[in-house]
Formats: sequence, C-alpha cells, structure tokens
Amino acid sequence: MSGYSVTEPSKRQKWIAGVLVITYALVTLMPLLWVIATGFKSPADSIAYPPKVVFHPSLEGYVNLFTTQTRITPDMKATLTPPQTWYERIVRNKGMMIAGPSRYGQRFLNSIIIGFGSTFFSVFLGTLAAYAFSRFRVPIKDDLLFFILSTRMMPPVAVAIPIFLMYRQLGLSDTHLGMILLYTAVNLSLSVWLLKGFIDEIPQEYEEAALIDGYTRFQAFYKVVLPQAATGIASTAIFCLIFAWNEYAFAVLLTSGTAQTAPPFIPTIIGVGGQDWPAVAAGATIFLLPVMIFTIMLRKHLLRGITFGAVRK
Amino acid sequence: MAEVTLKNIFKSFGSQVALSDVSMTVPDSSFVVLLGPTGAGKTTTLRLVSGLDKPDSGTILFDGVDIVAQSPAQRNVAMVFQQYSLYPHLSVRENLAFPLKSPILRTPAEEITRKVEAVAETLQISRKLDNKATELSGGEMQRVSIGRALVRSPRVYLMDEPLSSLDAKLRSDLRIELKRIQASLGATMLYVTHDQTEAMTMATHVGVLDLGKLVQFGTPREIYEDPVSIYAASRLGAPKINILPADLFPGAPAGAASIGLRPEHIRTGKGREAQVIRVEYLGDQTRLHLKLDNQNLVTLAEAHTRIQPGSCLKIAPQSPLYFGPDGERIKS
Ligand SMILES: Nc1ncnc2c1ncn2[C@@H]1O[C@H](COP(=O)(O)OP(=O)(O)OP(=O)(O)O)[C@@H](O)[C@H]1O
Ligand SMILES: [Mg+2]
Repeated sequence: MSGYSVTEPSKRQKWIAGVLVITYALVTLMPLLWVIATGFKSPADSIAYPPKVVFHPSLEGYVNLFTTQTRITPDMKATLTPPQTWYERIVRNKGMMIAGPSRYGQRFLNSIIIGFGSTFFSVFLGTLAAYAFSRFRVPIKDDLLFFILSTRMMPPVAVAIPIFLMYRQLGLSDTHLGMILLYTAVNLSLSVWLLKGFIDEIPQEYEEAALIDGYTRFQAFYKVVLPQAATGIASTAIFCLIFAWNEYAFAVLLTSGTAQTAPPFIPTIIGVGGQDWPAVAAGATIFLLPVMIFTIMLRKHLLRGITFGAVRK
Repeated sequence: MAEVTLKNIFKSFGSQVALSDVSMTVPDSSFVVLLGPTGAGKTTTLRLVSGLDKPDSGTILFDGVDIVAQSPAQRNVAMVFQQYSLYPHLSVRENLAFPLKSPILRTPAEEITRKVEAVAETLQISRKLDNKATELSGGEMQRVSIGRALVRSPRVYLMDEPLSSLDAKLRSDLRIELKRIQASLGATMLYVTHDQTEAMTMATHVGVLDLGKLVQFGTPREIYEDPVSIYAASRLGAPKINILPADLFPGAPAGAASIGLRPEHIRTGKGREAQVIRVEYLGDQTRLHLKLDNQNLVTLAEAHTRIQPGSCLKIAPQSPLYFGPDGERIKS
C-alpha cells in the first residue's frame, strides 16, 4: 500500500516512534541486562570499579548457585582424582571441591508448584465467580463485589501476624498447600474483577444462541464464553503468576524449609569470603525465566485482543 | 412440528409492559407473521416461546402440553435473532454445524457435512463456508444466522426480521425459498417482519401487535379487507390506507369519525372534485397524490396515465371502511 492514508502513519512518524521506543526500552531494560551480565562475570569482575562492560564470560556464578563447596586442604590434595566434568574443573581452579547440590533447585521447584498452583486456582475460581456475577441475579451483588475488592485495599502484609498465627494453628506453615491457598486468596479479588470486566464485554446473545441450539448453560459457558474470554483469562493468569512468583514478605514469614520459594532463598546465597554476586545474579536470571516463558506462550491470546463481534448492535 | 398456543401472557420489564394479555394459537404447519411498530412486543413474544424469557403469568403450550418450565433445549425450537449473533470464534461451517453437534442431536459427521452444505447452497453462502464468522458482510452474517436455524428440524421456527439487511433481489429469492422450505417441511413458523410484502406473501396468519396487545389475528386477507381498527388497517397495504374525516363523502354511518380508503378503493370519474398535487411513476403503476378539502390522499392510476399535476379529478369511495372516534371499526 502506498500513498496517503488517514490511519496509517507515515514512514517518518514510524521512524521517530521506533527510535523513541527503542531508547525507552534500553533505559528500562538496563537493570535487567545488568543482572544477566553479572551472572556471567567472575566474582572479581562483578565488583570491579569502574564496572566492566566487556568481560571474559564465566559460568562460575551458575556453578556456585547449584552446588555447595568445601575448600581443599593440603592433605586431601594427594587423594583427589582429577576433575571429571567442566563444572568440577571450574570449582577446582579456585581451590575448592563440590560437596553436593545446593538447595536452589528445590526452592525453584517450590516456586513453580506454588506459583502455578495458585495461578490455576485464582483463574479457575475467578472465572466461575466472574461469570456468575456477570450473568446471574446474585443477591447483594454490589456489596459482594465491593467486599471482594476491599480485600485488596490494604497491603496483604498488613494481616501477616494473624495469618502467621492461624497457619501455625492449622499446621499450614511451611506447606505447599498453605502457600497456594494464601496466594489464591490474595489474587482472587484481582482475578474476579478483571475477568468480570472481560465477561461483561461478551454479549449475552452468544449464550442465548447456544441455549437455543440445544446446549445447557454450562455447555454454553465453556463452548462459547470461555473461548471468547481467552484474552482475559490469559492476562489475568499472567498478573496472578507475577504476584505469586515475586511475593517475598509472606514467603519469608511463613516458609523456611520444605515450602520455601526462591525469592527468600536467593538473598541467602553467600559465597565463601563475601557476597557471591555472580551466583545471586545467576539465581535471579533463572528466576525470571518462567514468567517470561509463560508470558510468551500466552502472547498469542493477549495480542489477538477482544474479538470484535459478529453481533449487530 | 407443533401447534403453539399462548394463553393470557403478561410480561413486563420493570415498569415497562412488554406484553399484556396476549392469547393466540399458531396452528401446526402454519406461517404466522407478527406485525407491529418498534417496541410492540414482537421480539418479546418470540423470546417467551423460545424459553429464553419466562412470562410473568399465562401459559404457553406446544401441542397442548404446558412447556413454560422447560429450557430452550428441551423445547426444541430454532431461532434467528434480530441481532444475528454468530459465534465469532468459529468459522461459518462450524457455526452452521453447531446446533447439529449439540448433546441432544449428536448428528453423525457425514450427515453434518451434507446438511451444512445443503443449507449453505440454499442461502447462497457456499463460497464463504470457511470464512471466520467475523469476516462476513452484514447480509452474509444474517444468512448464516438463518442457516443455523434451517439445519435443524425443530418443533417451531422463530425468526426475528431474518431478511432485514439483505438487498431486494436476495430478499425476494430467500422469501420464496423460506416459504418453500416451510411448506415442504410442514414447519410451524413464527416470523417477525416490518416488510409488508413478506407478510402478505408468506403468511398463512398475521398477528397485529400494538403496545404489547394482540389487536387482531387472522389471515392476511382478513387483516387487509376486514381490519378491526385504523391501527390494524394501517399495518398492511402500500401505499398506506387513506384515513379521512367521515363527512368528506356522503353515506357515513352514525357514529363514524373517519373513513378508511385503500388507494385501490377510490373510484375516479364521478363524485367530489379533487386536485392532483403530484404524480409518481413507478413503472408498473402510477400513484396520484390528491388534495380534497385540505386532506391529502393517495390513489392509483394506470401505469401510463396522462393525468398531469394541477389538473382536477372527480373521486368517490368504493367499499370504504368506517371507524369510530376511538379508531375502532364500525361495521355498517
Ligand atoms: N430486556 C429488556 N429490558 C427492559 N425492557 C425491555 C427488554 N426487552 C424488551 N423491553 C421492552 O419491551 C417492549 C417490547 O420490546 P420488543 O423487543 O419485544 O419490541 P419489538 O416489537 O421487537 O420491537 P422492534 O421492532 O424494535 O424489534 C419495549 O418497550 C422494550 O423497551
Ligand atoms: Mg424486536
């Protein structure tokens, strides 16, 4: 297409917009790039001043993240077999040996279970509640919706003490179930409100048509409403996951071992003789991946936007 | 197919009365057209029969069985919505197959293919079968919407202005096609339209609604020739019936306030002298706009009439209809 168009921006406008967007992206991405780069630096490079932009990449940070190590004493040296793998070699080079795996992997798995588990329940329950609020005559609907919203009017940590005591009584402290329930409860208000907005936008005529076409209300819900709410469900899921994934305060308070998630664990990664910044950065980098992958997977639904309908208004 | 009976139906939305004491019987295999201006309660009637809404009071019977408590699926009705709502996430083919795949029908795959293609053929949308529902013009959407009803063999077809956004040619094609399908299936049809050609040519019965009341129910011919009120008389006929003061012509019965003259019920050549204001040549006929004692009226002349605007014409009524001051018909 060429020539003049009212809606299509000109080449020049596109060029200017592109430059602005890229500049802005670079500025905001700076801290992220910094963390990712630090993960691949040697401990010495990571604290060098002025900071090194060009450096010799090293996987030491990642190896330190996933292993626990002990110093090699002179009398051990004689009995030691030569290193078998590339990561053993990295560790040996600094006069240490691998004693075993670190707890990062297990903490990361906890984050996955609790993050995705609570996201699933938030979205599942949120969709059903939002549909009911959107379509049915619920008694005191407005008050209920306000109540649901009001649970988010103060920071969740404000109720930390009662929850701490309650969880201790109920035996939910430091359990996966406890954390999933907690994050689901916190996220539910967001998911009900977000999803209600999306479902309100879907004209009721579609369900009526499906009812006439011989389907029950529940079948109409999952055959007609759900596919059209995909955008809303995807974006709600991303918001819920981001909250549950990054949550720090409750995780510190309520988990210490079995169910501890990655956020309270990462700051505890301390190397021998000072903070091991590359290992911390490596932990943070890997920690970012699941949310990124999840968002990219759902991107198709986000970008498609709300279907502009085939209902004549 | 079924006979549908409505008995003393009332329906309000808040303080807005949509239907008030409506009773009618739609005989088995009949084609009933509901007429009435916007807001008269036509869509409401269809929604009550379909089961999407429940009446405040009154009963609805299919073949003598009360079905008010049944869901739309149980009633087995097909409906074409006024705002034809196609499923936007499905293709045209999937939209047409949707009712056939429902848990109550569970049609085998090859039968679905066959029926969908046959219906698409009838409605002239075969080329669009693999389009997404959102990638259609308004008229195409409307035809898919009709198709979604026609693939089934329900007990009653409900159609809410199904041909409203089609061009004249397609509309007359589909009018004939719909009538043919209805007659060959022996289908019971409840059909809403504003188009009086549709009403006259397709209907076996016409129901005239006004502000939620059923004012007359009968064959198109009865409604046309024997209307119960000015309102009912004005629903059918183009150009519209002329409503004039009763004393404009001699011979009005006692109590008559107005006289109703269909354009073809004005005889020319004798009677009172009227002035020709405008001559409309329509090809197959010519309409004359006349003025008589400051009253405007319309009559028909033969297609190639030589009558010129400004000339004078003697006119007299022929089989006129008389109405009282309240608009009700007075039979002489
Ligand atoms: N869901 C509703 N809520 C409130 N009022 C309604 C509702 N549906 C219909 N009404 C009212 O009921 C009356 C009848 O409406 P209905 O839709 O049956 O009219 P209609 O004859 O189909 O008109 P049209 O030719 O414009 O489609 C109208 O006054 C309308 O405002
Ligand atoms: Mg209507």
